[in-house]
Amino acid sequence: MSLVMALVLFLVGLASLLLGTAEVPFGKFMALASGSLNADDPARLIVLRIRLPRMILAGLAGFSLALGGVVFQALLRNPLADPFILGVSSGSAFGAIVGILLGFTFSVGIPFTSFAGALLAVYLVLALGTKKMGMESATILLTGVILNAFFTAVIMFFISIVADSRLHTMLFWLYGDLSQSRYASLVVLTPAVIAVSIILFGFAKELNLITTGEEIALQLGVDVEKAKRVCLVLVSLLTGLVVSFSGLIGFIGLIVPHLARMAFGSDHRLLIPVASLGGATFLIAADTLARLLISPGELPVGVVTAFLGAPFFLYLLGARGSQWSRS
Amino acid sequence: MEPILTLRKVGFRYGAVWAVKGVDLEVFPGEILGMLGPNGSGKTTLLKILDGMLLPHEGEVLVRGKAMVNLKRGDIAKVIAMVAQENFFRFAFSVLEVVLMGRFPHLGRLQFERDRDLNIAVNALRATHALELSERSIHELSGGEKQRVLLARALAQEPGAILLDEPTSFLDLKYKKELLDLIAGLTKEKGLGVVVVSHDIDLVSQYCDRIVMLKHGSVHLTGTPDQVIDAASIETVYECAVFVDQNPLTGKPRVSLKP
Repeated sequence: MSLVMALVLFLVGLASLLLGTAEVPFGKFMALASGSLNADDPARLIVLRIRLPRMILAGLAGFSLALGGVVFQALLRNPLADPFILGVSSGSAFGAIVGILLGFTFSVGIPFTSFAGALLAVYLVLALGTKKMGMESATILLTGVILNAFFTAVIMFFISIVADSRLHTMLFWLYGDLSQSRYASLVVLTPAVIAVSIILFGFAKELNLITTGEEIALQLGVDVEKAKRVCLVLVSLLTGLVVSFSGLIGFIGLIVPHLARMAFGSDHRLLIPVASLGGATFLIAADTLARLLISPGELPVGVVTAFLGAPFFLYLLGARGSQWSRS
Repeated sequence: MEPILTLRKVGFRYGAVWAVKGVDLEVFPGEILGMLGPNGSGKTTLLKILDGMLLPHEGEVLVRGKAMVNLKRGDIAKVIAMVAQENFFRFAFSVLEVVLMGRFPHLGRLQFERDRDLNIAVNALRATHALELSERSIHELSGGEKQRVLLARALAQEPGAILLDEPTSFLDLKYKKELLDLIAGLTKEKGLGVVVVSHDIDLVSQYCDRIVMLKHGSVHLTGTPDQVIDAASIETVYECAVFVDQNPLTGKPRVSLKP
């Protein structure tokens, strides 16, 4: 099964390199792959400098967001949970917009302020949400939602007072912007994604048990507090890091885990890898469409993920049910 | 014989109110220990102390002679298994998957279940007469079937003691008898220590080797059914007038409400 998914991922990735405003014929691509293409051929620049880093960023972002969604939905036993649930989205958006206002660039400044904003949000949620009640799921969720509302208000305030070209940059960032991908950022991102996904996979059995209830998981020998602490922090850090480079890409972290559950059942040792690969494939495909649909212009990728993903998901929900049993 | 579980002068309070106070208790291998007492007498609290869900404010809990507070959850789960009263499964795990969850404390972090674990799970399902259910979804089972599956999961933990919270409350007469016969058989066969909390005095009288009767969070009486269950003790503890005679089939005390 994983083999089929890897094949689909490969094909979608290939398509994303070939398709775009400037067509790259397959022959030229093969020449490039085998190293026989002229060094000054524009196809070389387009594929290697623009589309490849962008595709890798889309893949890593989709992978991380779907991974975070699977883990959070299991950990908090809530079908509405996504990787942004601890306030990461609005925290990093706040940081990014401050960065844009200050005139920082997308290479270092904005990712930095954005990640700092995400850290601030996660810190606030964990510090406030776990003070009285321990790590109780409903309290954490509620604190995250409230904090999101607060940061969103601050963001809207900034957007209202900005009238120049920075407004366009801000709006694109808020709906996901993969066009700023650079190899330098991928060097930071790739090892982080690999390390975090391996650690989270190590918690797959714990997550299975936690979905049946925290007390039962404890009775079966799970250190629930530790599992929650590690997963909440790691997912939020990874999400904050990813969106600091990609902008806010909603929907994937919510929907891909549900699709994976519909198709593959409830065992997180299977769900974690298939949902992550599925998320990567989905986002690369969506980003390719975002570049193609109004070419030579381009759409924020979040518009495509939600516009195409939502009807598809509603159709499946109607046909198959959500796999979430009523409590 | 070394007890599997020992409570020494255990006390637990919710806020300022002591729910359990000064309780001494031992659970030995090969015995079924019944816990009786009216609502609010501390049965559930005591059961939660026994499986480490609640930490006592006074006294100590020993698991095979070691202080429970020093043990990891995984090590506790290798000795104590719990069959809770209510079980809710968010996702449609198969019966076999549910029973394999009992193997969790025996597996390493990145380790998948080995053949050995699968054998243990299958044997546990066989022991509880639930093997034919193994491919079914846990959501499709009746109350009696689910109870047998959860008992199988507890057995798959290969514990020394199994704690049962009102195991028969959702079961009709036939399944009730089936489950208790099963538990009685397993107790002797595997040398398990079993603790049963129940409101059903006759059932406890018939199946338990020893009974602890609780009143206001303290042990009122402890001993064999004959020693513990009589009209005087039931009336004192439950504050309800009863008539107690001998069940002609089992010779055990039998409780009837006075009209």
